[in-house]
Amino acid sequence: MSFRTPLGQVTGLGSARSGTSHWWGQRVSALGLIPLTLWFAGSVLQLSRADYVTVIVWLHTPWVAVLLSLFLVTLLYHAYLGVQVVIEDYVHTEWLKIASLLVIKFTCILLGAAGVFTALRVAFGA
Amino acid sequence: MADNRPLSPHLGIYRWQITMTMSILHRATGVALAVGSIALVWWLVAAGIGPDAFDTVHRFLSSGFGQFLLIGWTFSLFYHLCNGVRHLAWDAGWGFQIKTFYITGYAVWVVALALTAGTLWVAYSGGAA
Repeated sequence: MSFRTPLGQVTGLGSARSGTSHWWGQRVSALGLIPLTLWFAGSVLQLSRADYVTVIVWLHTPWVAVLLSLFLVTLLYHAYLGVQVVIEDYVHTEWLKIASLLVIKFTCILLGAAGVFTALRVAFGA
Repeated sequence: MADNRPLSPHLGIYRWQITMTMSILHRATGVALAVGSIALVWWLVAAGIGPDAFDTVHRFLSSGFGQFLLIGWTFSLFYHLCNGVRHLAWDAGWGFQIKTFYITGYAVWVVALALTAGTLWVAYSGGAA
């Protein structure tokens, strides 16, 4: 969804980038991460002394799979937005900046896919 | 940057203030947590693969270096979380008075360190879980 006014879209002037959506995305994901992170941290703390079977039983719980998946995706989205600005701030060689951003983006997507797949597979599995 | 034009001095001459330290620490803890998300996914995927893979992750995290990482990530998490809330307050327009800036800053340190200490206590003493 474009935040530009019709006149702005027609003239094509002004900012070339979608900075506002980045700003909002970072804040909304931050808000979502507050309860999700507290839940995850508390859960993992209790699981730190647990054995493998207990962890699997926990992952089998349906709402755990849902929350864990949401936590992972939101976390990686928020992390990518953050690391993106860090790279844009410090890397000024254009090709290296683009390459770095792509590597980070693809890594986050890969981690998210692997994590959500695992969470669902364990929850559905035996 | 291809030019060699001189820059005015910054880090070399500015008086250290807690405000700038907290700002860069927010960024540093954010990057640290982003790296930590790799370990998080590794742990989860290992659990899904089986007990042997999970045991490998567990042994790494139980090692001295692993414990160092976990403690670092614990503090990074709570600091970034508390200072993040402070950031959200600023985004809503609140807390820009100099005095409030400093008070909320100190509060972030206190809460973040307290949460870290509490978590480490529960983790290492097998305390009231």
